[in-house]
Amino acid sequence: MSHLADELVQDARATTIPVATDRLVCSGVSVAFAGVRALDQVNFSVNRGEVVGLIGPNGAGKTTLLNVLTGFTEVVTGSVHLDGRDITHLAPHRRARLGLERTFQHGRLFSGLTVRENVELGAIAVRVSKRKARSTAARLLAALDLEKVADVPVAQLSHGDQQHVSVARAVAAAPRYLMFDEPAAGLPEGSLTQLGLVIEWAIKESGAGIVLIDHNVDFVLNLSDRVVVLDYGKVLAEGSSDEIRQNVNVVSAYLGEAGVENLAASQAP
Amino acid sequence: MSWIGHLVNAVSLGVVYGLVAVSVGLVFGVLRQVNLAQGEVIALGAYSLWMTRDLPVVVRILVCIGVCVAMSLVIQVIIFRPLRGASALTTLIVTFGLSYALEGVWTIVFGTNGQPVSMLSSLNQVVVGGNVGLRWITLVEMGVGGIFFALLVLVLYGSKIGVMMRATAEDFRTARIVGVRIDRVVTLAFVFGGVSAAMVAILFTVQTPLVTPTLGFNLITLGLVGTVLGGIDRLGRATAGGFVVGFVNSMLGAIIPQELLVFLPMLTFMFVIVMLVVRPAGLFTPKGSNVERV
Repeated sequence: MSHLADELVQDARATTIPVATDRLVCSGVSVAFAGVRALDQVNFSVNRGEVVGLIGPNGAGKTTLLNVLTGFTEVVTGSVHLDGRDITHLAPHRRARLGLERTFQHGRLFSGLTVRENVELGAIAVRVSKRKARSTAARLLAALDLEKVADVPVAQLSHGDQQHVSVARAVAAAPRYLMFDEPAAGLPEGSLTQLGLVIEWAIKESGAGIVLIDHNVDFVLNLSDRVVVLDYGKVLAEGSSDEIRQNVNVVSAYLGEAGVENLAASQAP
Repeated sequence: MSWIGHLVNAVSLGVVYGLVAVSVGLVFGVLRQVNLAQGEVIALGAYSLWMTRDLPVVVRILVCIGVCVAMSLVIQVIIFRPLRGASALTTLIVTFGLSYALEGVWTIVFGTNGQPVSMLSSLNQVVVGGNVGLRWITLVEMGVGGIFFALLVLVLYGSKIGVMMRATAEDFRTARIVGVRIDRVVTLAFVFGGVSAAMVAILFTVQTPLVTPTLGFNLITLGLVGTVLGGIDRLGRATAGGFVVGFVNSMLGAIIPQELLVFLPMLTFMFVIVMLVVRPAGLFTPKGSNVERV
């Protein structure tokens, strides 16, 4: 084991977070890439029915944490528990079958399949019958006003509509936890309201615990019950959206000293 | 024989090579790896028809299907499963070697001179005589081929496993991530590949009853060429490519004089070369999605 890995193991002893049912927990997680700590003793949890926003400047470790939760990145130390079950070393597809779904920045839809088939697949892949998957897809597509394009190959849809299909596919799997990986990336400003409504719908429809990552901080803050801020692989702050907006450390990390001065000026009587 | 007769024969051979293309294309579609040993699955199926020569026809057909499916699954387990994630070239070389090795086994076990499969030979009787020369086997081939393709389309587009199979064929990794049981999908591709190999073994030996050790390799070579000619990325296009190669091979065989038949493979491959130079992504691949030119 490398010197850095040794150090991470030592550090891990002190930091844990209680595991529980109805909760996705990552506890004392550290990840290193080529000798650099991408995540350092991170504790993170999301309860079922809760929306947790995850923000931070570029390179803060947001995507790495999401990859740890979904099984795409192996941890050096720490653990991940889903509803009390240790899933730290479980492959992504096995986590999907336990109810951990995610969307991808670029959709990763099956372009040759129709919109309906893409949504059906979300349900079929988690052992739902074809008939039930079909009725689920019909219901979700109606809710998202995508019925008219249901039988069109998904490649023919706009990027925005593809993101909506991607959300519908994840919801069709009836997830217990749902991760949104930068859903607003590449979308024009005008499409964000619509996407926000779709994500709000997905939160209500699925009842899942939600983790939302995006570079657009306002987009995340507006949708989240609780926000976790990462910086240099560590948790910098945690709180409600309003608390995070007023947090000096967070503003400093994003906007530097000038941002802090502006914040102070805006708070002055 | 008239042109109509030649056309009928060409359609007949086209269906056989269409089935060979399905056999190769299904596995390629899911794994993006070519199974050159699939020809030996066909050969073993054909030999099984010879070995069961004293049994009723229905039993022989069922045994042939069983043998081909079993052989296909054995190849999946001993070659494709360990090589999952290896480069397509590695699998190509391994299955090429396996094909040669099995050809050697057939030679040792069944001899070099070939074994006669006399099954359903009454299907070679003429339905429409004269210049047309339409035989029952041609009708049976078209019927069996048509029904098999229709069933395949029904499974691929109308069933749960079909949707999973098409998704896996398009993006193996994402399909796995969203929870598709990849092993099941791959196994089913090999099962269908085995069934289509059995169809080829049965239909081909009715017309050409002598089964020799090189039967499988000869069929797979032209069948594989057909899949590439049609567009190996899509099963429908690959199947159509298999049909075209079989059709052209048969028509060229009818056109050229008897003494030049030795040049038939050369002429068929020249046709394929010209077609692929003009349409590198495949004869039936839309023009817009042409291969990248570096």
